[in-house]
Amino acid sequence: MAKILVVTSGKGGVGKTTTSAAIGTGLALRGHKTVVVDFDVGLRNLDLIMGCERRVVYDFVNVINGDATLGQALIKDKRLENLYVLAASQTRDKDALTQEGVGKVIDELSQNFEYVICDSPAGIEKGAHLAMYFADEAIVVTNPEVSSVRDSDRMLGLLASKSRRAENGQEPIKEHLLLTRYNPERVNKGEMLGVEDVEEILSIRLLGVIPESQAVLKASNQGIPVILDDQSDAGQAYSDAVDRLLGKEVAHRFLDVKKPGFLQRLFGGRE
Amino acid sequence: MSQAEPDTQAPAFQLKGSMLAITVLELVRNDLDSLDRQLAAKVEQAPDFFNNTPLVLGLDKLPEGGLEVDLQALVELCRKHGLLTLAVRTGQAAYIQAAGHLDIPVLPPSGARERKLDLGGKAPAKPAEPQYRPSRVITTPIRGGQQIYAQGGDLIVIAPVSPGAELLADGNIHVYGPLRGRALAGIKGDTNARIFCQQLAAEMVSIAGHYKVAEDLRREPLWAEAVKIGLTGDVLNITRL
Repeated sequence: MAKILVVTSGKGGVGKTTTSAAIGTGLALRGHKTVVVDFDVGLRNLDLIMGCERRVVYDFVNVINGDATLGQALIKDKRLENLYVLAASQTRDKDALTQEGVGKVIDELSQNFEYVICDSPAGIEKGAHLAMYFADEAIVVTNPEVSSVRDSDRMLGLLASKSRRAENGQEPIKEHLLLTRYNPERVNKGEMLGVEDVEEILSIRLLGVIPESQAVLKASNQGIPVILDDQSDAGQAYSDAVDRLLGKEVAHRFLDVKKPGFLQRLFGGRE
Repeated sequence: MSQAEPDTQAPAFQLKGSMLAITVLELVRNDLDSLDRQLAAKVEQAPDFFNNTPLVLGLDKLPEGGLEVDLQALVELCRKHGLLTLAVRTGQAAYIQAAGHLDIPVLPPSGARERKLDLGGKAPAKPAEPQYRPSRVITTPIRGGQQIYAQGGDLIVIAPVSPGAELLADGNIHVYGPLRGRALAGIKGDTNARIFCQQLAAEMVSIAGHYKVAEDLRREPLWAEAVKIGLTGDVLNITRL
């Protein structure tokens, strides 16, 4: 049976899809057979970020409606052996998802994969609800700002009360905090919430801190998950987060302001 | 001087006759071991009854000519089970003498107008059980958008309470963690209800409808401290815990 992971946040634009793509790719890189499922029906993006948008034939809604089999709809990643994508439908809306249909698809996926990553849409409505309903673990993506923290807090409340595990009285969903778009300089200036502040308010385990990075935008536009850019700080931070997800103890990096190196100070350098 | 002199002529006491309902332990046979065991069983049935209860020992129903009961042992046994011997009811000379040695008054043997005391499950001495409702205890963080209501009692939270969360209780609210949401105690109008928290960072606190919002609370010198909040008249009092 697969482990079902939901990547969620409540708020939009905080980096859920970037994170889903990065974590999914990271797990596949480490040899785990992984599928990433886009739950954002009507506003699909995952295929773009994973670089498979030109190969989408059937999608999630087709599978739910029985127009296609899972085998037909799953898109195999070109770079990695163990990685698959199930795209969302662009022509439909969230009402096309039913709890029964989603449950069936998740069940079938969990028989063939080690990890099923559910990329949740923003909000707390049907799409987001179904993305987290079947989850075993949740990665709550949060930006270091008050509105994002508040929405994440709300989402954590729903994870604890409105999921299948909660309704069946099973062990609760394991929650991980992933802080993205973190800028230590702005934290020092008091313009941004610090890691400790967010951790204290949400009081869940910190999975990782992804620094604000040019590499993320570049990776998105190229359709290459940022974790594959192992030169970038964001890529390395995601890599650490995947290791922690798999139970490794890895120290947190990129929390402090970078001190410019000797040569950089002499000649000035690009960021 | 004569003013301070007590009036020696005025009566210092009155003698009154009174009927007291009193428990009589009527011994039927001389067997202190059985008595000990059976008394212990009764005590278990009605523990409230056997709590320094005054008692008259009735020895007049003992078969005459049998072995004499050791009165001192009997009195001690009764005391062990929470029964205090006031007097002994007997007509036999030997017992009257023994009672005299123990300084216990002697009453004459009984007439026949006594009824058996029923100490069964619903002992009359037992007061009615007070209405008890257990407190509601929450051990996981309470997130924004969640509402927790402790009906008819206290609410105890052993976790942080996030902004946007709402705690409601008919009784008191205890938060062993930061209180960042709303807390409304005594919502059915109990003005004695209180709110306790380890870190006051609430959006609103209210007791029996008297409230303070964050804007007022933030001006409190005890903001972000451990406090208790109670109601005096119409005013919410915030004091250090």
